[in-house]
Amino acid sequence: MTEFDAATAAVQAALDAGARYADARVMHRRYESMSARNGAIEELTRDESIGLGVRALVGSSWGFAAVPDLSDAAARDAGRRAAAIAAASARVPGPPVDLVPTEAAVASWASDCRIDPLGVALSDKGDLLVGATATMREHGADLAEGLYQIWDTAKWFVSSEGHRIDQRIRECGGGISATSIGDGETQRRSYPSYRGQYGTTGWELVESLGLAAHAARIAEESRALLTAPECPAGETDLILGGEQLALQIHESVGHAIELDRILGWEAAFAGTSWLDLARLGSLRYGSELMNVTIDPTIPGALGSFGFDDEGSPAVRRHAVREGRWVGVLAGRDSAAVAGLDHGGSVRADGWARLPMVRMTNVGLEPGPHTLDEIVAATDDGVLMDVNRSWSIDDRRLNFQFGCEIGWEVKKGRRGRMLRNPTYTGIGPLFWRSMDMLSSETVAWGTPNCGKGQPGQIGHTGHPAAPARFRDVRVGVRA
Amino acid sequence: MTELDIAGQVVELVRRLAGPAAEAEVTVTRRDLALTRFANSFIHQNVAESGVGVRLRVHVDGRTAAGSGSLVDTDGLRALVERTLTAARLCPPDPAWPGLTPPAPVRSDGRVDEATAYAEPDARADRVRGFVDAVGGLEAAGYCRTSYRSGAFANSTGHAALGRAVEAAMDGIARAGGADGVARLCVDRLADLDGAALGVRAAAKARAAADPVELPPGRYEVVLEPAAVADLLQNLAWYGFNGKRYAQRQSFAEPGTAQFDPTVTLVDDPLHGSTLPYDLEGTARRALTLVEAGMTRAMAHDRRSGAEVGTASTGHGMLGGSTFGPLPHNVRLLAEARVTDEVAASGGGVAASRGGGTASGGPGRVDGAAVRGPGAGVPGPAGSGGDGLPGGVAQAVADADTAALVAGVERGLLVSDFWYTRVLDPKSLVVTGLTRNGVWLIEDGVPVRAVRDFRFTESYPKALGPGRVRGLGRRPVRQPDRVDGVWWEAPPLRLAEWNFTGGASG
Repeated sequence: MTEFDAATAAVQAALDAGARYADARVMHRRYESMSARNGAIEELTRDESIGLGVRALVGSSWGFAAVPDLSDAAARDAGRRAAAIAAASARVPGPPVDLVPTEAAVASWASDCRIDPLGVALSDKGDLLVGATATMREHGADLAEGLYQIWDTAKWFVSSEGHRIDQRIRECGGGISATSIGDGETQRRSYPSYRGQYGTTGWELVESLGLAAHAARIAEESRALLTAPECPAGETDLILGGEQLALQIHESVGHAIELDRILGWEAAFAGTSWLDLARLGSLRYGSELMNVTIDPTIPGALGSFGFDDEGSPAVRRHAVREGRWVGVLAGRDSAAVAGLDHGGSVRADGWARLPMVRMTNVGLEPGPHTLDEIVAATDDGVLMDVNRSWSIDDRRLNFQFGCEIGWEVKKGRRGRMLRNPTYTGIGPLFWRSMDMLSSETVAWGTPNCGKGQPGQIGHTGHPAAPARFRDVRVGVRA
Repeated sequence: MTELDIAGQVVELVRRLAGPAAEAEVTVTRRDLALTRFANSFIHQNVAESGVGVRLRVHVDGRTAAGSGSLVDTDGLRALVERTLTAARLCPPDPAWPGLTPPAPVRSDGRVDEATAYAEPDARADRVRGFVDAVGGLEAAGYCRTSYRSGAFANSTGHAALGRAVEAAMDGIARAGGADGVARLCVDRLADLDGAALGVRAAAKARAAADPVELPPGRYEVVLEPAAVADLLQNLAWYGFNGKRYAQRQSFAEPGTAQFDPTVTLVDDPLHGSTLPYDLEGTARRALTLVEAGMTRAMAHDRRSGAEVGTASTGHGMLGGSTFGPLPHNVRLLAEARVTDEVAASGGGVAASRGGGTASGGPGRVDGAAVRGPGAGVPGPAGSGGDGLPGGVAQAVADADTAALVAGVERGLLVSDFWYTRVLDPKSLVVTGLTRNGVWLIEDGVPVRAVRDFRFTESYPKALGPGRVRGLGRRPVRQPDRVDGVWWEAPPLRLAEWNFTGGASG
């Protein structure tokens, strides 16, 4: 019995039990992670999981069931169970459910991968982390940590509309961090970002990061931060590095344009959105420099795929064009509710989880400047980079971010290092204040996006470059 | 095969493939998780997952590796053992290996409600129906969840353990024109979840939260309801009482030091609920007093973090523990019996009186036990109407326990819930986050106005420091976590001040 056979059996069983639509995903995921601390391996884990999840639409009610068994009997039982759960959902029914049309694709897709990350010798991977963490210790870090993670996921998708899609997606990445501990506080520096950089790509990504080459620098910076002056409190011009801007995009744009949130489907947990569908196409989200795309086709970016987890093909679309809100992240059912003509942004975190609206690659198109030009054009401000803390309200408006490091900017020059830099604001006001944007774009990967009940971890990508924002409140502290 | 059979088979396979000196520990957990989710007053997501997970850790020739798998047939188990052994052989040495848990009795109280373990989707849907009907035309959203775990542990020292656990939880909001009210509860028996009772509470809170005004940021005295207190417990557990962070000097905690107000006693108490009685390393789980009458007493440890600071495991070995550290995750803030009496003596009955009295007690009666709602632990509404205050704002105080604390506040804020809290610095445990699901201005012991959400930036241990706790309720409410098996239990809490650093408009 092949994976497609199991998925087909589950779908058929759901239809036989009364579903008018059903789809099933078989997923086989291998995961490997290694962490090192202070020059020694701390943990090595190799996990493998395979199973089937089936979704059934009975009338206008959904049900989902998942089993770790690909036998014909288990698959059929899961299909019947999904239909029974959908029938139970009808005890508290909602409005009619439609699915926007999508071509019933029969296809295969695989992400680009030059060096199979699971094929790289563990000893080589361990040496990389041990060496980098040892170097950080030698250069003053009290706590030196390194981490890599690898996911190798094979998927088989079948729907009652005729989809039959298999995909193999390989993702990996890693990073290092140095923490120095002072009297009553800690200071951390990470490279290339907090938790590292990740992509839908092979081990060549990790090799390209040059972790060892940056170990001494970040250790010394973490130590220096302990005695650096505090970031001043007040309103000033704020320059954000690309890594921090990626998280800003993730939190204050990516989540806000999720259609399930806009429709209220996440109201009790992840929250809603300040965006009103009635203003799609007309609302000014940010300055004219702000062009945000939803693009799962970017080679190597962490949110890339060939098809989403309900069979819609990867398509590049605009979310914000010249500052105006024009697009959302949608699934087939949510798009139908909103009167849109496409889904394409639905994913499931493994076989046991319900596919739901998730970010793909949501990022800024490049601007016309460079970071050096932005600094040179700033008379009085603060430059901040690499995220340390992040918090935003349940409508995705009021945010406060902390960064690992800041620098004073005076008369067009980067000056003193600043510790505990934070900034706060309201999403659309903040984005409208963006007046300079660099062309130095990197597709940052976020491997830890939480959403859903039961919880799901999403992998998202965020092309971003340094940018300047005017009159931002900085230096918030207890 | 039983879970114990599988665990034993894996241990034997490790010995066969790696020799008798190989050390191995195995946990096998079957899990049935079902969650019925609702929004816009209908069920929109409804899922059930059955699975089994096998987790293996080996220590061979001085090297350590771990792995897990979802396949429990012969081939699947063998593949798990082979890839984990291969990983261990290729790893650098692990000089800090703390060794396996030696044989020791692990007892389970067997507290498993079979009706919860095998709950059908209709049972969850009926509770959702009750919640939706009870909100009286408001929009409703939330979930009803049941979970069942059956597991076994075995290691190559001959130690073994068995257990089963169930949990049911419901978490819902009612929405009234942009104002939300919340009710949530975690219990050991689905029968103890009353969707209607929770819906009534959420709706009362939502109506009381209507027409909020924006207040200036600043330091306010606060009464935090149990949902908000749960966030304090969670962050204290993750960053303070985490043995790994303590060993790394990243925790504020200093055992033997009076770091908290004398009214604060924190106990990690897994056996207070239905739970698997052993941790990932096979150590028996037990109650651990983290803070006793304000004095920091203990950290949570697994075998590795314990060895690093010269102490034993406290039964907190967990998945991800090597990365995040061993975490207390069933923390109780013990209720203070004295406090409500003191508050009552200083006028504590006023709020209950103006709020229309308690569900079963008259003005001035503040015994929380007297107002237990149906649903084993859901405090009942404090009453409705008749207060003469705008928007039925008195219903913000939804139970007598909270009323007693509010009554002592001359000017401050009543806060239902916190949201998206993140740590600015782990050692000082300065946290930023937002209020959610209702904030009210308190004047002269009564809520007078709904208030728009605030952002705060506050050091949690300082906020609970000596002299900072002005009152504890008498009725703890167990709050579910995002992950089943994790919960936080607390009564409402009155604090001298809380640092609100921003308003809704920035």
